[in-house]
Amino acid sequence: MAVGHPLDPYLRVDRIPTMWCPGCGLGVVLGTLLRAVDRRIREGQLKRENVAFVGGIGCTARMSLYPLFDSAHVAHGRAIPFALGVKIVKPEMKMIVVGGDGDIAAIGGNHVLHALRRNADLLVVMVNNMVYGMTGGQLAPTTPRGLYTTTTPYGNPEKEINMVRLAAALGANYVARGSTTHPQLLEQMFYKALAKRGMAFVEVLSTCPEIFGRHIGFRNPADLYLELRKRVVVKARPSVEESDYSWEKGFVLGEYVDRDEPGYIDVYSEYLSRVLGSGG
Amino acid sequence: MRYEYITGNTAIAKASITAGLKFYAGYPITPTSDIFEYLARELPKRGGHVVQFEDEIASINAAVGASWACAKSMTATSGPGFSLMLETLSLAVITETPLVVAYVMRTGPSTGVPTRSGQYDVLQATYGFHGGLVIPVLAPSTPQEAYDLTVRAFNVSEELRTPVVLLSDAVVAHTYGKVAVRERGEVEVVDRGKPSVSPEAYRPYDPLGGLVPPMACFGEGYNVLVESLTHDERGYYAPRTDIQRRLMWRLYRKVVESSEKLFDYSATHLDGCEHALVSYGSTALSARAAAKLLREEGFRACSVTLRTLFPVYEEGVAGLLKGVEKVFVVENNVGLYFRELRGVLRDKEVVSVPLIDLDMPLPQEVAGVVKKWL
Repeated sequence: MAVGHPLDPYLRVDRIPTMWCPGCGLGVVLGTLLRAVDRRIREGQLKRENVAFVGGIGCTARMSLYPLFDSAHVAHGRAIPFALGVKIVKPEMKMIVVGGDGDIAAIGGNHVLHALRRNADLLVVMVNNMVYGMTGGQLAPTTPRGLYTTTTPYGNPEKEINMVRLAAALGANYVARGSTTHPQLLEQMFYKALAKRGMAFVEVLSTCPEIFGRHIGFRNPADLYLELRKRVVVKARPSVEESDYSWEKGFVLGEYVDRDEPGYIDVYSEYLSRVLGSGG
Repeated sequence: MRYEYITGNTAIAKASITAGLKFYAGYPITPTSDIFEYLARELPKRGGHVVQFEDEIASINAAVGASWACAKSMTATSGPGFSLMLETLSLAVITETPLVVAYVMRTGPSTGVPTRSGQYDVLQATYGFHGGLVIPVLAPSTPQEAYDLTVRAFNVSEELRTPVVLLSDAVVAHTYGKVAVRERGEVEVVDRGKPSVSPEAYRPYDPLGGLVPPMACFGEGYNVLVESLTHDERGYYAPRTDIQRRLMWRLYRKVVESSEKLFDYSATHLDGCEHALVSYGSTALSARAAAKLLREEGFRACSVTLRTLFPVYEEGVAGLLKGVEKVFVVENNVGLYFRELRGVLRDKEVVSVPLIDLDMPLPQEVAGVVKKWL
């Protein structure tokens, strides 16, 4: 008899194995995320039928296809407004948006900007592999300067986006940067993020050996994993000033922001009660 | 039921509430914003939600999400905004999401004349999205029709699980007219079919022998899958020709085979008519007046106003115009819907009467063009 995986009850097991390449960091992200969800469900803080996954387009967005929950795999960059539409109608839902750096920070940039400004009650997990993986290695706004991509074959000339700084500046209640090289820390971040009202934004540095690694000389999954591990350092409560995004100088992992300001649903509910209280 | 003197845009807003609207997301655009503003004042009082988003793309995506949370949803826009929405209109088609998009046409292309009218987007309304299927398009020519067709648009979207475009224009939008406003209970209101099986047995895209699958919502324990990829009945990605064929033909058939049921028009003096002026939207009023002028000059002219533009009910249109000698398609563009009708009325002389006018074309001008062909 086949031995099941402890997370099988949360998975569409008939869709396993996933479409992800060997060495991809996304399995670690899905595993840690589901463990965190499982803990919240077992503690009675989340109802299973109220948890939903929404992804746009890309390898990370496909993460919405595997969990056995309500799920949506929508248009490129548009997971956030879809999720917010659900959330406004059913505020009891815990909406988890999963997207890559291209999906969230490039094409979805306008949506994430305003969701952060609203402190929208969503958990946004942006898995950052620093490249467009699914389409074969094109430039992302997160690609480190100087590195090869298929659309900047002479080295990326552009400055990278620092989503941690952006999320902190616009007022998200929880902003963290994790890495697939540190799964326990990542699980703890997700666990904490799931309990937050308002916006929880978690950037996850991840490895794409098949595309990103191959193009920069780390085709072997273990080599790229060790390379990323070398470039990250964990800090307890780092300041936003320490969030600099640099392949050369390395990345600081940790919880940059943890506050408890009213979320969008709070202020919107207050608006609605004003409407109803005024008797029209 | 009571009579009110209101504009076409107000009629759309009022009718949407009667039809059961629960979620409106929008972005300001002329000549549409007063639909948004009316709903922002009135819908929250009735338990609904009205939210302004960062652009039209976010608006339609939020509306699609809200529809999957069981709320009847709408957004409204004009040409530039509709162009931005097309990507997600395609998503709504393949995910079979009930949704109403009120499209108030203005002069184009691009920014054009935002405050003035035109019918340049009649084909974009149904053919604009990628994927080559048909979205129902209903076109009012008066505030009363705007009211009635809005209720219909919601019902069609729920019954067929499809986005529906309510195609108005800047003249209808801001023309006042006497409108019979109805309450809930005074109009037929259709709600989407819900699953009757357990969550374990539920397959979100299984039409159960029909053409439209029952729809479970988020938060009901059904583990629904909203899938933009080509999918099987479970919602699983299936890059296979047989699955693609099955999905495409079902999505096509559920709309096109409803064309008889959706067919809606009004006509005057059809008996013994030799020269039919066929039109839609605000231009239909010009065509109707032009037909009257022609009759006064002794021509056997009549007018037909089409309220359903897509899907085209070919037998219905052909049957309606059977005894007519010549068909004149009057529209405020370069002659777009003419192409559709020419394809349907193959054994008849069909003449395009394309009149570019920032307002309603004058009846005298319409009659003058028609007379050149008589």
